[in-house]
Amino acid sequence: MLNQLDGILSYHGDALKLRAERQRVLAANIANADTPNYKAMDFDFRQALLNATAGPTLATSGNAALATTDSRHLSTSTLGLPGVDMQYRTPNQLSIDGNSVEMDTERAHFADNAVRYEASLRFLSGQIKTLTLAIQGQ
Amino acid sequence: MSLFNVFNIAGSGVQAQSQRLNVVASNLANAESVAGPDGQPYKARHVVFQAQAVGSDAGDNQTPGVRVSQIIEDDSPLRKVYDPKHPLADEQGYVSMPNVNAVDEMVNMISASRSYQSNIEVMNTAKSLLQKTLQLGS
Repeated sequence: MLNQLDGILSYHGDALKLRAERQRVLAANIANADTPNYKAMDFDFRQALLNATAGPTLATSGNAALATTDSRHLSTSTLGLPGVDMQYRTPNQLSIDGNSVEMDTERAHFADNAVRYEASLRFLSGQIKTLTLAIQGQ
Repeated sequence: MSLFNVFNIAGSGVQAQSQRLNVVASNLANAESVAGPDGQPYKARHVVFQAQAVGSDAGDNQTPGVRVSQIIEDDSPLRKVYDPKHPLADEQGYVSMPNVNAVDEMVNMISASRSYQSNIEVMNTAKSLLQKTLQLGS
């Protein structure tokens, strides 16, 4: 039963973790908007989520230890995120000090990511409410 | 938890920008200081920003914060003002005034203030996201 619970909640849980990670990356870009030679970074959320959900989860593998069949797989001792492939952003206009942060782009991505984080939260919250309803049965 | 690190990163940005604002204030206040503690005219100062890992993920250079690595003195020539009655005037009657450029300083001030605001907004967003996460499932 608990395995099934984990399976239901893990997809949006992973999405939430990746959204938080992306929020952190974008915050670093905004903080370094005036640092010479700093290059703005980001990762492809879609690919990262595919990578994160592709591996065998607790629900499907059936035991508590995670199978590591790929070098990118995590051991259970770390809390890092698998499959996050950091890339440099291609700027539209390079500044003369070698900084590739474009504040408007970063702010737009940051706001967009915050809203999508909240969306994931709502999905998760809805699933928890559904499960609570099923458990209570009234 | 990635979102808590947003505070470290944006906090380092706020700190660096406020230091930059401090330097601007010092430059503007001393724009007419003909003699400093060493008897020499005041020289304009500038901050140098550097990306640096912050918080619990020290050594992780993927999402660095920012810090002021050094404060350098402006080596551009001092402003010469003809004022023979001034006690510090040279034989030709010229007084060496600080090389502070008020226009540069005002531009610096506005840029620092905008970056400061951006970082504060990042922290506010992270805070509201965390608060919503805490209310998950209720």
